[in-house]
Amino acid sequence: MSIDWLLIHSPALIIAIPLFAAFTMPLIKKLGNKTRNGVAFATVLLIEILVIMLAKDVFASGARSYVFGAEPGLTLPSGYIVPIRILFHVDGMSAFMAIISATIALVAVIYSLKFMEKETALDRYYLLLLLMMVGMFGMEFTADLFNMFVFLEVLSIASCGLVAYRIHLADAPEGALKFMVISSIGALMVLLATGFLYGQYDALNIAQLAKELQFNFIDKIALVLLLGAFAMKCGSFPMHQWVPDTYSVAPAPISILLVVSTQVSLYALFRVVFTLYGISSNVVVVGWYLIVLGLSTLFIGVTMAIPQKDIKRLISYLGVSQIGYMLIAVGVGFSLFANPVEFEIYGFRAIEGGIFQLINDSMYMGLLFLVSGALYYRIGTRNLDSMGGLARPMKVTSICFLIGSLAIAGIPPFNGFASKFMIYETVYRFNPIISIVAMLVSVLTLAAMFRAFSAAFMGPSLPEFKEVREVPKSMILGMVILASIVVFFGLFPSLIVDNLVEPAVRALISRPSYIISLLGG
Amino acid sequence: MQSILTTPSGYWDPLMWLFGLAVAIGFALFIRSLGQKSYNKETDQTKPFISGNPEVSKSESHVKASNLYWGFMESLKSYYSKIMRFHTGNVNDYVLLLVFVIAVMFLIIVLAGVI
Repeated sequence: MSIDWLLIHSPALIIAIPLFAAFTMPLIKKLGNKTRNGVAFATVLLIEILVIMLAKDVFASGARSYVFGAEPGLTLPSGYIVPIRILFHVDGMSAFMAIISATIALVAVIYSLKFMEKETALDRYYLLLLLMMVGMFGMEFTADLFNMFVFLEVLSIASCGLVAYRIHLADAPEGALKFMVISSIGALMVLLATGFLYGQYDALNIAQLAKELQFNFIDKIALVLLLGAFAMKCGSFPMHQWVPDTYSVAPAPISILLVVSTQVSLYALFRVVFTLYGISSNVVVVGWYLIVLGLSTLFIGVTMAIPQKDIKRLISYLGVSQIGYMLIAVGVGFSLFANPVEFEIYGFRAIEGGIFQLINDSMYMGLLFLVSGALYYRIGTRNLDSMGGLARPMKVTSICFLIGSLAIAGIPPFNGFASKFMIYETVYRFNPIISIVAMLVSVLTLAAMFRAFSAAFMGPSLPEFKEVREVPKSMILGMVILASIVVFFGLFPSLIVDNLVEPAVRALISRPSYIISLLGG
Repeated sequence: MQSILTTPSGYWDPLMWLFGLAVAIGFALFIRSLGQKSYNKETDQTKPFISGNPEVSKSESHVKASNLYWGFMESLKSYYSKIMRFHTGNVNDYVLLLVFVIAVMFLIIVLAGVI
């Protein structure tokens, strides 16, 4: 098995390996808990390595397609004739998203080793976690609208099972039920839109549809359904209310995977806007739709975060708010799409800021959720009013929380500042008021995080926490990995923007090259 | 250099910023070192003075999360009463909002034909 073979088949392997590992989990558990944990860890580590290899190749040599069910001679995109086979297409944007998903999944499994130790039926926990990965990678790699629906369902069902995993907690089944209802309705809308497009064009392939799209009445209905469903799934206002209900009750390692799953929905939204409909629609209207959605999400998210007493609900609302930054940045870029001069000067940079914010958000949100999990692990509550003085016994945890808090508030030199700086500056040129609101939201975010930090970690040692000590090493490792990424991305933003973000944005906005690379010239 | 992020109007250099921060901290520590050192630790000289009242116990002096930003919440009471009412926690309302957004987009994109 050579490296080339691995690279060629990596899009399929990245889906197949966790899928295989997931369904063998009930058998592996017979070999003992350590073997089960070892297999789960080895799987996510292998996937991380494969994703990095694939991403490196895609960034260096261009997009990579993988055809399932084709004749051997027709596996290359240039041999593509009729869009009847299942296609995976990994371009810069897909590879970028896969890096986020694989890294967060690796951290989630490392953290889970100790965090979930006291729970039962962990084979099912790892089974569902690996299925979540399958759903995420599938949505990122697929070049087919129907398969996107299938992977969305895989992701939603696995997520729902994991949200309800700690069924002995009263609020877990409630959060899972809400998530299930809202996900099912969203997925049905995606299916309906897919059906409308299939009925018209006899195609499910995104590139084929993008090529043939006439933007008629039915196409517009499909666009409305897709925009609504994915905007809801990514937690934008006013459809954000399921986010705190779900994130706060899930186990902390699952909360961080849920953050990535909402970002995958955001990716799907961007794919619909940029690749499927692209320049053929009125870019100014769609751009402003994203901006208005983003502004309202920003403001409502942060103002709802401030009065929260539950630390995970507070972080969840801030997570909602952070989605707003990405929507605004990409909306500004998209609305300048039809104006090549302005797009080149700052539109492209605005989208880069939004996409950079996406990876940064997954890292600091992940870090904050892991810290909240560490607090819950030691003191058994999420209520900020019951906490205090925990910085003394939990030094590493408190430092990690401080790093995450400063990053989410956009304080230099952490990663949140770098991406927000790009967004403020480019959006200011488009419309100064939007930029000022975004900066005000950053100040409110800092206020909300200061409240949480002050309540949980500062103040005198409380007598009820006399016995509290630092969390186990695997949990610390999970937090330190994310904290290191937050600091590294903040200190070397150009390294990330030039090597990861720019190729991703170029792939996202170049609709013709997506179509040509799949359908041929 | 990989740390310098260029933008349409300028650039951002985090390493330079860190250097500036280190200089500022060094300067602050220098000024602090010039301060009075002749006080006696663990005596009344280092205890807080609360207008002659006795110091409350450590656990009672901790400011709880609910007590932070009381003024902020009070001044925005009318906003928060509306926004809290909007967040019902009822999944029926979540679906209703989704349908509402879809309907608004339908009116704008499909019927009004702005796209």
